[in-house]
Amino acid sequence: MRLSGSDLACFRGGRQVFAGLSFTVEAGEALVVLGPNGAGKSSLLRLVAGLTAHSAGTLSLAGGNDELTIAEQAHYLGHLDALKPSLSVTENLAFWSRFLGGSEDCAAALEAVGLAGIARLPAAYLSAGQRRRLSVARLIAIKRPLWLLDEPTTALDATAQAQLAGLMRDHLAGGGLILAAAHGSIGLDAPKELRLGGPR
Amino acid sequence: MTALAALFVRDLRLAIRVGGGALIGVLFFLIVVTLVPFAIGPDLALLAQVGPAILWLGALLASLLTLDRLLAIDHEDGSLDLILTAPIALEATVAVKAIAHWLTTGLPLVVATPLLGLLLNLEPQATGAVALTLLVGTPALTFLGLVGAAVTVALRRGGLLVAVLVLPLTVPVLIFGVAASNAAIVGPLRFGTPFTILGGVALMSIVVGTFATAAALRHAAD
Repeated sequence: MRLSGSDLACFRGGRQVFAGLSFTVEAGEALVVLGPNGAGKSSLLRLVAGLTAHSAGTLSLAGGNDELTIAEQAHYLGHLDALKPSLSVTENLAFWSRFLGGSEDCAAALEAVGLAGIARLPAAYLSAGQRRRLSVARLIAIKRPLWLLDEPTTALDATAQAQLAGLMRDHLAGGGLILAAAHGSIGLDAPKELRLGGPR
Repeated sequence: MTALAALFVRDLRLAIRVGGGALIGVLFFLIVVTLVPFAIGPDLALLAQVGPAILWLGALLASLLTLDRLLAIDHEDGSLDLILTAPIALEATVAVKAIAHWLTTGLPLVVATPLLGLLLNLEPQATGAVALTLLVGTPALTFLGLVGAAVTVALRRGGLLVAVLVLPLTVPVLIFGVAASNAAIVGPLRFGTPFTILGGVALMSIVVGTFATAAALRHAAD
């Protein structure tokens, strides 16, 4: 499986965010997108997730399921957590799992991110780091080959960061792909890097 | 199918739990209709005459009141992004959300109508006619309102704009809803004639509303 983009350009709000951007990510590989604020890291991830249209270039996922779009084979972990405060931790995760095509049993995923102890707590009472972990649990509960992670370590403590790095390594070892936007290390050993220029 | 069932259950839960606002619409309906006799005065004949129109206006405003946050919340907390990456047609998602919303906000209005008919001096038969027209008409209001909610989804204070955008579109529903109610009460038209047209307008609103809402949401994600 290989995700490749060639000569991609993105306009947002009438401003060119980037142009002529090419990259490839092979199965089992992680690509970390680096660059200053406003360089277009998030825009690139949203573009791959199908949430923003690209104005030029092509984007393809070779070796995937041809009947699904790239977005339907990808997990998008953005800055927003997509959690409902009045639903419990389990209800939040079980809903996304079922809606995105996974099973309803999410106990293992909650265990993997260390939230099993507060599974019945309403999401309103979670801290920022716990909310982030619950979002990460979504990646485990539903199997999708491509992970699009927008600054995944935000708000996570050292333990959770190590946990996330472990989950990412497992995902890569299983032939998954990761495209992550970050300002520093995301805990993987020597991932490929893609540097975006400054804002224009 | 299991995905849509999950969405349906989630939306029902969100509506009836704290902060969901399932009863806000029906409380608003109650207060608006209760105020009318105080404004018009104790003229029972006049109240009975304007009763169906008052009930319809109240239901119209109440169903719009609860709509504006329905999609905006999903946009603000990032749920809409994930909904767009699900392997389900957005139109189906929109339709399920609308049905869940109607069950928690539109149906209570219909159920409350017999009680409110008493305040407006309506005969039981007249109240029944109004309730029946509301049962057919409120789904149309929900689906039309959803279009407005989708267009204004990215705006912080979209609530009033939804009303301004959607109310003109609801005019046919209002006209035939009230016409059918009056036909059942005073005639001379047969109840079936305007009621059938109301049904047609409702079905059309459901179809157009579903597709228009999905189209607007696709653009809103950008």
